[in-house]
Parts: sequence; structure tokens; C-alpha cells
Amino acid sequence: MSEPSDGLAENDGSRFDRLPATAAEREVVGRATREAVLEFWDERYGIDPAVFADYTFWEKGSRKLWAFRGEIDSPIAIESLGITFLRTRQEHWKPTTDAVQRFGRHASRNVLTLSREQARRFVAGEDQEIEWDGDWGYLIVAHDLAGEREPLGVGLYLHGELRSQIPKGRRRELRGVDAGEP
Amino acid sequence: MDVLSRYEPLIDDFAAFRAACERPLPSVVRVNGIKTTPERARAALEEEGIDHEPCEWHPGLLRLDTDHPGRTWGAFHGWLHGQEEVSALPALVCDPEPGERVWAACAAPGGKATQLAARADDAGLVVANDRNLGRLSALRFNAERLGVTSMAVTNRDARNYSLAPFDFDEFDRALCDVPCSCEGTVRKNPDALDGWSLGYLDEIASTQEAILRRAIQATRSGGTVVYSTCTFAPEENEAVLDRTLDSENCRLLDFDCALDSRPGITEWEGERFDSSVQRAKRIYPHLNDTGGFFCAKLEVGG
Repeated sequence: MSEPSDGLAENDGSRFDRLPATAAEREVVGRATREAVLEFWDERYGIDPAVFADYTFWEKGSRKLWAFRGEIDSPIAIESLGITFLRTRQEHWKPTTDAVQRFGRHASRNVLTLSREQARRFVAGEDQEIEWDGDWGYLIVAHDLAGEREPLGVGLYLHGELRSQIPKGRRRELRGVDAGEP
Repeated sequence: MDVLSRYEPLIDDFAAFRAACERPLPSVVRVNGIKTTPERARAALEEEGIDHEPCEWHPGLLRLDTDHPGRTWGAFHGWLHGQEEVSALPALVCDPEPGERVWAACAAPGGKATQLAARADDAGLVVANDRNLGRLSALRFNAERLGVTSMAVTNRDARNYSLAPFDFDEFDRALCDVPCSCEGTVRKNPDALDGWSLGYLDEIASTQEAILRRAIQATRSGGTVVYSTCTFAPEENEAVLDRTLDSENCRLLDFDCALDSRPGITEWEGERFDSSVQRAKRIYPHLNDTGGFFCAKLEVGG
């Protein structure tokens, strides 16, 4: 493992390493901390840190974070641990579709709720013009299903346009306006 | 050759068995309790105009009036998972509690392993293993779509499985849904019997026995191991249990099963098995209008 000039190690992509609690405990260059991850979900989406009380956070591929319900010794070299959760490579951190579907119901900020027809286009991977007077950037995109708001995934909102971030393998051609459309 | 005719001596209404094997299977989904409830899942199907009815024996299984259960809002949200009705049985028999460690020895593509996680309220640990890397990617995709956060996935041979990556040395429970000749899937896949041979049965049976033995060794005394196949062949079912009872410290348990079933058999082609293999259950397609299945519950030690 190479040692950059600041004395911190590089990420080892062959194993899961648990995130340090705080920056003072950081041993790998650029690695996010548990504190920063909890702060991100709270500040950006209003998700109470208590939601993640039973979770540990892990890095495998560089800047790709995973959420695992439980405790296990770190590091651990296995195929996967919990679900992919958050990408922290860029300036703006990006939640995964699966994390938003799992935890997004606790969000109170930066949630864009679509009509059924808009939701149909969103999960097909289409970009669309939508009015939104909140923050730009990565939003939790939801719709109403069976009487409650249900998160669909992540959208990137810029210049009046909502860009679907649903990965290719998760996109679906679903029913929109017909059959019980509200 | 006509493979299924070898089971005529075992089955009371063989004509009904034959006829069921030739009918296609109904489309069934399991409601994923990690993300929703059966009530909400059904309300979503109603909004979409998809007719459905719960399976009589389990409210979390729904028969859908569509050939494309994956193209529903419920499937997109990970509320629903397409899963053959009878294949929901072994996770119910294994029945892990929150906080317990469970090994799914041959877990891909993940229907039963994700069901184990949901049974434990996504608050235990399911170690889902499969030897085949391609199938493992399907397992990971399904686990993430279903929001399973309590699963660790490994890619090893279950026969000599090592717990070395983990900070514990035994499981509370294990599910061995082993590779098999898949005779019971003939309703889903009419070609299922094309490659059938007695030589394959012998070969796969030794693999099945090795996986079951490793699961018993890796489970704590008093813990539960469930053995299941989707085949009718006694060589892969009772014969595997019989040899394992001889070689490992374990016993077969009775268990409740809301599906109509027949007991394990104690004699096949001149070979006699331990009488306790009758505690296992054989499920034939004509009994509940499902695929074919075999399921046994073992207790380790004692």
C-alpha cells in the first residue's frame, strides 16, 4: 500500500474497511467519516441520524460507501456487505437508488414528488422539464403509491430539468396514465 | 427416456401428478416485508389494475394475473419478488430470529436468502454464499433492490466453506437449498429433464451431502439446518439425509407445513433409509398446484 506525503494510506479496493468515527481517526486519505455521513443525510435530506443507529458504514471501491445493519470486524474481504449507499468521489455526494429506496421515506427536505405519469418517465430513465423552487443538485424523487409517498430514486435537478439517475439495470417500462391513475 | 415414470410407485394419484407437471405454473410473487406490508402491496396492484389473490397458506405470497410480475410498480420498489410458491417454504422452516446468524450455503439468485433476511426483520446476519460468480451478481442485484441491509455475500465452494473472513466461528441456522437435478421445475422449464442421467444423480448427490455436512459442522449445537431440493429423486433427498445422519451429529425434526405434502420415503430401489427421514416432506405438483419440492429440518447435536 503506498503512503502519500501526508502519511495516510490509499484505499484498498479488495476489502471492506469501516469508516472512521471522526476525522481525527482517519487512516486512509480522503475517506469519509461516520460523522460526515450522518451530517450529510441530516442536512441535505432531513434524515435523523437515529435512523442509522444500528448501521455501520464501510468503504470498498474508492469513495464508494456501503451501509450494513450490524457490527463486524474491520477490515473484511468478501463480495458485499449490506447495500451500496453513497458515492463521495465528487464535491457533491450522491446517494444510490437502493439507499434512497431503503431510507428515503424518512426524508423531510429535498424530496420532489412526481405525478404517476412523471414517475413512469423517471423510472424509464427519461429526463424531463419540471418546476421546482427548492435546492438544485441531487434530490430524492418520490411518488404517491398505495396511499403514501414512496421514494423512487435519485434525480439531478439543474436549470429546470430533472435528470433521472436510475441505473440502466433498474430502469423499467411501467404503466402510467391508464388503469387507476389518480 | 421418461424420467418421471420412475416415481410411479411413490405417488398415489400418478395421473394427476403427470397432468400437473404438464401445466404451466401460476405467476407468484412474495411480498418483501423489509419494504412494505401485504396490504400496501395489494393496494398498489389494485391501483395498477392487476388482479391478484393471496396464496391460501401464506398471506405474503400473491398469485398475479400477469405474465410480467417484474413490470409492476411493486417490483420496481422492491416490494415484490417473483418467487415460485413452494420455494417460499424452506425460509419459513429455517425461521431465523432477529440477531441470529444464518448461512445460506447456495444462495443465488437470492429469493430464499432475502426471505431469510426479511424473516429476521433485516436485523440478523445472513451470510449468502454462492460458488458461481455470474449467479452471485443476480443475488446482489436482488438483495439491493429488496433493501436487504443485513446480508454479507461470499463467493466460495460451500463444501469446504471457511468462516475465516468473519469474527465468529459458528452459525445459529443454515439453509442448504442445494443444486439438484431440478425435476420439480419442469412446469417452469419444460427442458428441465433433457440432460437427466443416473450418473448425474450420483455425482450431484455427493456434492449435496458434502454441502449439508459442512452446514451441520458450521452450525452451533442446538441450531437448525434446513435441507431442500426441487427434485423428486430419492437419491438426492432421503438417501443424502440417511448418509448424513450416519456421519454427523444431528437428527431430523418434525415441522409444520401448511402445504399438502407426503412424508419422506424409507425405501427406494432395494435400499432402506433411517425411519426418521419420514419427517422430511415431499411436495408433488398436483397436491397444491405448485412446482415439486423436498424439504427437511435438522437439529444439530443432541
